[in-house]
Amino acid sequence: MTARMPIYLDYSATTPVDKRVAAKMIPFLTEDFGNAASRSHPYGWTAEKAVENARDEVAKLVHADPREIVWTSGATESNNLAIKGAAHFYQDKGKHIITMQTEHKAVIDAFRELERQGFEATYLAPEADGLLSLDKFRAAIRPDTVLASVMLVNNEIGVIQDIETIGNICRENGVIFHVDAAQATGKVHIDLEKLPVDLMSFSAHKTYGPKGVGALYVRRKPRVRLEAQMHGGGHERGLRSGTLATHQIVGMGEAFRIAREEMDLENARIRRLRDRLLAGLQEIDETYVNGDLKNRVPHNLNISFNYVEGESLIMAVKDIAVSSGSACTSASLEPSYVLRAIGRSDELAHSSIRFSIGRFTTEEDVDYTIELMKSKIGKLRELSPLWEMHLDGVDISKVEWAAH
Amino acid sequence: MAYSDKVLDHYENPRNVGALDKNDPQVGTGMVGAPACGDVMKLQIKVNDDGIIEDAKFKTYGCGSAIASSSLVTEWIKGKTLDQVMEIKNSDIAQELALPPVKIHCSVLAEDAIRAAVADLKSKQTVASEVA
Ligand SMILES: Cc1ncc(COP(=O)(O)O)c(C=O)c1O
Repeated sequence: MTARMPIYLDYSATTPVDKRVAAKMIPFLTEDFGNAASRSHPYGWTAEKAVENARDEVAKLVHADPREIVWTSGATESNNLAIKGAAHFYQDKGKHIITMQTEHKAVIDAFRELERQGFEATYLAPEADGLLSLDKFRAAIRPDTVLASVMLVNNEIGVIQDIETIGNICRENGVIFHVDAAQATGKVHIDLEKLPVDLMSFSAHKTYGPKGVGALYVRRKPRVRLEAQMHGGGHERGLRSGTLATHQIVGMGEAFRIAREEMDLENARIRRLRDRLLAGLQEIDETYVNGDLKNRVPHNLNISFNYVEGESLIMAVKDIAVSSGSACTSASLEPSYVLRAIGRSDELAHSSIRFSIGRFTTEEDVDYTIELMKSKIGKLRELSPLWEMHLDGVDISKVEWAAH
Repeated sequence: MAYSDKVLDHYENPRNVGALDKNDPQVGTGMVGAPACGDVMKLQIKVNDDGIIEDAKFKTYGCGSAIASSSLVTEWIKGKTLDQVMEIKNSDIAQELALPPVKIHCSVLAEDAIRAAVADLKSKQTVASEVA
């Protein structure tokens, strides 16, 4: 079989639906098409049973009670429902909310919206390794803090936050704790029986399920209350109205079942591939790993290649599908706000690449990638006056550049 | 970002990459741009005794359009006099490479690089004639 080009190394952006998942979904589009809310005939009963099976599977992966799982359209919606829903419900207790600068936009922008509504928000900077300082977090809590949101696994740099300790600090201070776990399912073990987390967001499409479906965990003991953001037929105990997308939900359930059963084996394999990729890329001079390597999922490797410019780097690596540290808007290059937050210069942020490895990545893919990067970085550096100056021992940061 | 075929050609096969001896009195060096702005161009020209540019080399840190602009310029300036190359306009470069509006600054930088290299060479020659 010839490998499909470009080689897909962007599993943190999305994953293909596992064929086993797709096979399970299809009958619910054509034959078992009933509305799970139809109580008067078997079409409805079949759909409802499938939805509840899937709810069990999602709950099992994270050691939750199925009654704590609310279906949504994805982690973006789950984050919005959790953050706005809790902030609205508890606003009489206080209007201060805390998160990190390195959160996904679905968290940051929900916070921004709450600020417009009169809440006060604190956006904590991470340490240089990408992790949240527990002391800084503790210090940020005020008597009027009602909600904190910290992600489990970062989408850009893959670092794993210590949500157990952060959650305990929240508990001590009576702060509701939300965790965006979109990038974590199937990668790290999550035990919500033990973790002091009140709300947790999930997405199917990062874990070999379909796009457009997710879930929000809402703790029952102690009970966490939310104000619904979507009003309608009162589905999902009134927390999220809308006819359930049975086929999507079935897909998410199957994807999470597979994750539960296979994650340990899969992660060991992916760690071997990551180590191979890292060793190969570190043979290239002047490379910098972004984010802590130890507290990190093996699926993610984010590396900056010094002295090569971001856009030419993207052009150079078109045979692999990866994400770059520059968000290429049509007019300009914006360096990644996550890399800026961990203190990377614009230049290093621009020249970074996120390699994310997944279920279908092979050793050949990794070896191809290493060789490609070696040759392309070498070629771009041969072209780079900055590299030449570096080799001559010039400290680029001390050079006075003519403004233009 | 879609690149024109000419940009891609220069990016894939840049012409005249390299360096000349910057201490050579016949060599002018222009370095323009800044890393923080995302592009730095170094252009070097070497003139013979008749005042003709007989060699040109470049190195560029920047996007594909910046690399292509500087590569193209090295082709254009070889065999010309200093006065002739001072007439090259950024719009000529932009047009030849079909640069989109957001990449016009790359051609401006390439024009600046020519001027900087010529200025460097002229200042060297003035010093040389004063010494002589
Ligand atoms: C950390 C994180 N949160 C939220 C999301 C959004 O998830 P969804 O695409 O399911 O809305 C993503 C995916 O882009 C993510 O990586």
